[in-house]
Amino acid sequence: MSEDMPKKNPLSLQIDLKKFEPATEEEKKQQDVMSKSTTFFRDSMKKLFRNPLAVFSIIVLVLILLVIIFAPMIVPYGYSEMLKFNGTKDKTAMNLAPFTYSVNEQKYMAEHGVKLFPHIFGTDELSRDYFIRVVYGTRVSLAVGFFASLIVLVIGVLYGSISGYCGGRVDLIMMRIVDVIYSLPDMLVIILLSVVLKELLDGSTGIIAKLGTNMVSIFIVFGMLYWVGMARLVRGQILSVKENEYVLAAKSIGTKSSRIVRRHILPNCLSVIIITTALQIPSAIFTESFLSFIGLGVAAPMPSLGSLANNARQGMQSYPYKLMFPALTICLIVLALNLLGDGLRDALDPKLRK
Amino acid sequence: MSEEKMLVDVRELKQYFPVRTGWGKVLPLKAVDGVSFTIRHGETLGLVGESGCGKTTVGRTLLRLYKPTGGEFYFDGELVTEKNMPSLRKQMQMVFQDPYSSLNPRMTVEDIIGEPLDVHHLYSNKAERREKILSLMETVGLNAEHATRYAHEFSGGQRQRIGIARALAVNPKFIVCDEPVSALDVSIQAQVVNMFEELQEKLGVAYLFIAHDLLVVRHISHRIAVMYLGRMVELADADEIYDHPMHPYSKSLLSSVPIPDPRIARERRRIVLSGDIPSPLNAPSGCPFRTRCPYGQDDCAECMPELKEVESGHFVACHHMEDAARMKEGVQLR
Ligand SMILES: Nc1ncnc2c1ncn2[C@@H]1O[C@H](COP(=O)(O)OP(=O)(O)O)[C@@H](O)[C@H]1O
Ligand code: SF4
Ligand SMILES: [Mg+2]
Repeated sequence: MSEDMPKKNPLSLQIDLKKFEPATEEEKKQQDVMSKSTTFFRDSMKKLFRNPLAVFSIIVLVLILLVIIFAPMIVPYGYSEMLKFNGTKDKTAMNLAPFTYSVNEQKYMAEHGVKLFPHIFGTDELSRDYFIRVVYGTRVSLAVGFFASLIVLVIGVLYGSISGYCGGRVDLIMMRIVDVIYSLPDMLVIILLSVVLKELLDGSTGIIAKLGTNMVSIFIVFGMLYWVGMARLVRGQILSVKENEYVLAAKSIGTKSSRIVRRHILPNCLSVIIITTALQIPSAIFTESFLSFIGLGVAAPMPSLGSLANNARQGMQSYPYKLMFPALTICLIVLALNLLGDGLRDALDPKLRK
Repeated sequence: MSEEKMLVDVRELKQYFPVRTGWGKVLPLKAVDGVSFTIRHGETLGLVGESGCGKTTVGRTLLRLYKPTGGEFYFDGELVTEKNMPSLRKQMQMVFQDPYSSLNPRMTVEDIIGEPLDVHHLYSNKAERREKILSLMETVGLNAEHATRYAHEFSGGQRQRIGIARALAVNPKFIVCDEPVSALDVSIQAQVVNMFEELQEKLGVAYLFIAHDLLVVRHISHRIAVMYLGRMVELADADEIYDHPMHPYSKSLLSSVPIPDPRIARERRRIVLSGDIPSPLNAPSGCPFRTRCPYGQDDCAECMPELKEVESGHFVACHHMEDAARMKEGVQLR
């Protein structure tokens, strides 16, 4: 410490400068140290996994996925297979309660001393294992939700980003088209379309025949009508991102439009797109279930959660669990996806960032 | 204007924005209305004026971020057109006002600075790209270890340095600096302004330095232009305009600059302008300043004053220079 410092009056409250020493080079360096570098994505994921509701939904969804992938390999029954006994239909296996065996099955087990695979959810009125039907129904519903959202994602993002980026007259015309489509009654279109398609596609084979014309019309309707919400959101987001100076900076550098959209605009709209897609899946599942419930869904014997619930309506008083299982599965999936979407929104919103 | 070949020669630049007012009526908003100026190689022209007078629009129109409504722009003797602009982008660049929105939050510093290199194919391999980026970062005083970080991890001053490095990447001759320090802390402002000066000495770039802080502009500029409502009202050497402002608007602008010496400050007469800046949508007829001008006379409303060379290199646009000259004694500046 230098000697030319003023002497401190012992009664003064002034800080004693002699107590300070100059920082060493190393200590000065410490001032420069910044927090650990993280990407936006990693940061968001960390935040997502700190949200208990989101983690709960992820666990539920993963469990459901595991079940619908592996259950058909383990359970020895088919979704359209009626239980048989000695080559004929097991009449005693109709409408079994969960975890019970039919009279014939009990006899068989007693004679051979083996244990048959249990009917976890019981059986339906045609002696089919109900658990495997619910599993297949979940498969169908999830697949419909996923692919419908994919269609919405692709069309909506393309349309919205063109409209938002071009702006001006192009935007005006494209958005008026969206307004018109928005005003079409979707249920009516689905019903009309499935009637028309039934005429057109009758007699076709392969995947279309298996899913049924109703499914095809659901996909077409999603492709035609449901992307407008996504398109509007993406357009709005692009309009606001476009105003940022980094887009101007890219233009002043001489960056081409396509690269500006790819490198600067879309990455900054990504959170909105991810969240909307995550929330689109449950809405598509819901629509599919609803349509199946009113009899416009998948073709029998292929089950979907909606058609299972619809069939269970008839024997609701005697066998309430048959309605409960598909209904609960729908609730669980929709709830989990909605909570996950909410979690994603919180995690990806930079304004909620600390 | 002169025999010397100018780097930047702007003649009667006009930028009108169509503004919709109510039912389908479209009015031209004259953000920039006939502005002319020149900048020499390695020179700094300061551009000052109230917020909303069209400074940013001048800069952006020069870089063709907006399509100009009228006027000509010669860059290094060459008329800038839509066609040759892509190649000229390598020679002029821009530093933006807001260090927070001018850097893409989803890109690393390396990619932000590397983008001009990518776009103009200024490297032959990855190693050369990295080397160039690191040397640019060193030029603006950033550590090499910052290269892989994201913009949101930096302070305002550091972000502005990243923006400057991006502008320097193509080795430009001319940089438009749009209020590059207004968003920064005062303590950081000085550092960044000094860096601009050092870069100019080292690289010989010319600046159009936009600011509304007159002290900052005076420090860095060789010449200063004053704008009011989309027009240039005075243009002169930096010291000249501070010592002998002639246009009534420049006088009032300069009299609002704080002076560090309280004795001089007490003696100085401040000219406080009454009224607000009019909307550029319905600018006053004749001289745009007449609604607030203390010397306004009837003829000011009739025709627009031309920008005339009153003294050598000192241009003023005012009908009543004699009155303004009389005022010279009245106001103590400096
Ligand atoms: N893209 C635009 N469209 C319409 N009006 C604009 C646009 N950009 C700027 N303006 C208007 O032009 C005028 C000048 O703006 P600007 O150049 O940003 O001023 P400054 O940078 O001097 O504060 C303002 O009145 C502003 O509202
Ligand atoms: S022309 Fe008239 S109104 Fe305009 S600045 Fe000069 S004196 Fe004032
Ligand atoms: Mg501005």
